[in-house]
Amino acid sequence: MLRITGGRVYDPANGVDGVVKDICVADGRVVADVQRARTIDATGLLVFPGGVDVHTHVAGGALNFARGLVPENQRAARKFLRSPDRRAGLGGMTPTTFATGYLYAGMGWTTVNEAAVPILSAKHTHEELHDTPIVDKSSLLLMANNEIVLDLLEAGEAERARHVVAWLIWAAKVYGVKAVNPGGVAAWKWGKNAGTLHEPIQGYSRVTPAKIIAELAQIVDDLALPHPLHLHANHLGIPGNFETTIETMQVIDGRRAHLAHLQFHAYGGDDWGNMRSQAAAVAEEFNKRRNLTTDAGAILFGDAVTITADGPWQHLLYQLTGRKWGNLDVENETGCGIVPYVYKDRSLVNAVQWAVGLELLLLIDDPWRVFLTTDHPNGGAFWRYPEIIRMLMDVEFRKTQIAALPEAARSRMTLPEITRQYTLSEIAIITSAGPARALGMPQKGHLGVGADADIAIYPEKPDDGVLFSYPRYVLKAGDVVVEEGDVRAVNDGREFIVRPAYDETIEEYLRPLFQKVYTMSFENYPVELERVRNAEIRS
Amino acid sequence: MTLTLQQQPTVPLEAEVLSPDVIAPLGLDAVRALPVFHGKRQRRLDEFFSVVGSPGDDLEIEGDLRKVKWIGRGMTRGRVAVRGDVGMHLGAYMKGGSIEVTGSASDWVGGEMSGGTIRISGNAGGQIGAAYRGSSTGMADGTIVVGGSAGLEVGMRMKRGIIVIGGPVRDFAGLQMKGGTIVLGAGAELRTGAWMMRGTIVSLKPIPIMPTFAYASTYTPTFLRILARHLATLGVTLPTDDAKGSYHRYNGDSSVPGKGELFVWSASAEASARQG
Repeated sequence: MLRITGGRVYDPANGVDGVVKDICVADGRVVADVQRARTIDATGLLVFPGGVDVHTHVAGGALNFARGLVPENQRAARKFLRSPDRRAGLGGMTPTTFATGYLYAGMGWTTVNEAAVPILSAKHTHEELHDTPIVDKSSLLLMANNEIVLDLLEAGEAERARHVVAWLIWAAKVYGVKAVNPGGVAAWKWGKNAGTLHEPIQGYSRVTPAKIIAELAQIVDDLALPHPLHLHANHLGIPGNFETTIETMQVIDGRRAHLAHLQFHAYGGDDWGNMRSQAAAVAEEFNKRRNLTTDAGAILFGDAVTITADGPWQHLLYQLTGRKWGNLDVENETGCGIVPYVYKDRSLVNAVQWAVGLELLLLIDDPWRVFLTTDHPNGGAFWRYPEIIRMLMDVEFRKTQIAALPEAARSRMTLPEITRQYTLSEIAIITSAGPARALGMPQKGHLGVGADADIAIYPEKPDDGVLFSYPRYVLKAGDVVVEEGDVRAVNDGREFIVRPAYDETIEEYLRPLFQKVYTMSFENYPVELERVRNAEIRS
Repeated sequence: MTLTLQQQPTVPLEAEVLSPDVIAPLGLDAVRALPVFHGKRQRRLDEFFSVVGSPGDDLEIEGDLRKVKWIGRGMTRGRVAVRGDVGMHLGAYMKGGSIEVTGSASDWVGGEMSGGTIRISGNAGGQIGAAYRGSSTGMADGTIVVGGSAGLEVGMRMKRGIIVIGGPVRDFAGLQMKGGTIVLGAGAELRTGAWMMRGTIVSLKPIPIMPTFAYASTYTPTFLRILARHLATLGVTLPTDDAKGSYHRYNGDSSVPGKGELFVWSASAEASARQG
């Protein structure tokens, strides 16, 4: 039992905006009152609901491939030495599992959504999530290039496709559905990419990216999954792709969807030489469509490692960088590409990308629909979020950053004209309350009675001048896990999974298909429930 | 200050504290208590070494040091004299100062160093001045002189600086080299200069030339005379007397494609035969 007293509380989900009030905690939850409890004096501190990362890549086969691909980053990374209650690990661009938990908690983030799991490596992903301590986890299943699903869409069997999707979600023990470059990764296996949204993809005559997007969004809505279709749209990273992005929003129509890392999808121009920001056009369309949420996918200058199921894009990026390239083929399900990357402020393209991320956060008018991410580790490591918060909250600081960019880049962005500054309450929305709501997690992202006691307490005037970089205290499920910015106690997080309803006879349809096209037997394919430690099942 | 290995480690001892930067500012007791890693266990320096004299920028390290790694790691100043054979990663990440070994060294001498001088009287292992696995560039500046032989991948991905090996060298000298100079006093085995982008490899003995290197001409370029004058200050002789011979120049590696240059010394009889 615990009472947090004297702090200024920011709990936008409950309409609390900087009010000094007590927060009481018992049995891992926020309660109305406690007697004879330990007291944390939060006078002069800011009390926030623990951060929720709606889109990150922290576990699984692709990430592990990336860790192995960049030993030079690992050598330079922050070291975590073993202690009686902490395991050894490395920080850096692609932190090791245990370090991932320590770093998120050490920043005040307590829930993370692993955004890309192929079913074939779901077991591996769950093992790694289990070894990611403190934070609660959920994960999303890659579906938009699954050939069994695409074949069903080709045959017009939408009803059966829904049962297959539901079966696969439970087989992988995940929380929702992710679509990456719909159709494009399947086409990549022919050495191609998807064309326009309405062109059939290679190997199919009726399946187009638009059809995949619309039908998957419909399936996710029909299954009433807590999180809408999580969409990495087509043409990521390519100049002029803002038109595809706007068209994608139209294709989604009235269905629910979350547009991932929108920064990578809001570029104008038609070449790297004349690429410019079209964040304003994308934000304008997005603002009109209340059925959508998004996350920024902002980039920060410096080292990054790009990891995505979007294989064809990664091949293009590899050709641009001439550095390393990893490419994975995941049988009938998806692919994956990995390219280490350095974002440079002297690069015109990178400077525009940097601006687009911030512009989207500032031009999308409803903070409940746009969330703070860097698409970790693609745009920069998650532990650099406080740098972005600072730029959102302080227009003068932002101006000094913009002034350092090349003149040619400044003329290709609208950021210099934007004067909006985020309030603390809005920061609480984009880092916690908003993503929790978009993920359909009613117990997260707020400090009302009954909420999980995931609480981050930050100094109002931090020593280094950067808000949110070092929480004074972090509570996870009511345990004080961080004190003075340092992890002091480690508890295990939970994993949220869903069990959507499906027709059990769908297995009779899938079994022979498996025997024919998979290298793995049907019986070995699903993840056993026992493998998911501390599972919390939603149906 | 003199440090003598008294207790032979049973597994490799990681001793990057053996550097003037670490030791000079400390008192004698603090030096004795410096942490070293014996395998995974942290130990005190004086459990292995006797420590005599007053801490300063001059270190003398003695004994059979073949299991002692990382001596002089990242050092920026001072002088380390090693008497005896020494273990891996000597002078890795070094930025300045000098290391002198009377004896032989192991692999990764001067790995990713960016300044300073390392001299080894005996033989050395592989990956001298090389890039650690995954890094894009190896040695960025500085000088390494080995009197005896050396192993694989000498100067792998080096960008600047000079490496001189007096004795024979094994395969892949100058692998993926990006700049700098390697002098091979007694030639090398296979695939010298493979994937080299830029930089210079000089061999004083005939070596197998990869098919992706093209013969260009036979001469003694002016910069080799300047290099010879600089190497003379390190006690290394590079022949530049036209009467005695000149260098066959090969360009490559054309498979990358690269703009590296390979100079192979040819004594005058052979040189005139080739020209005739």
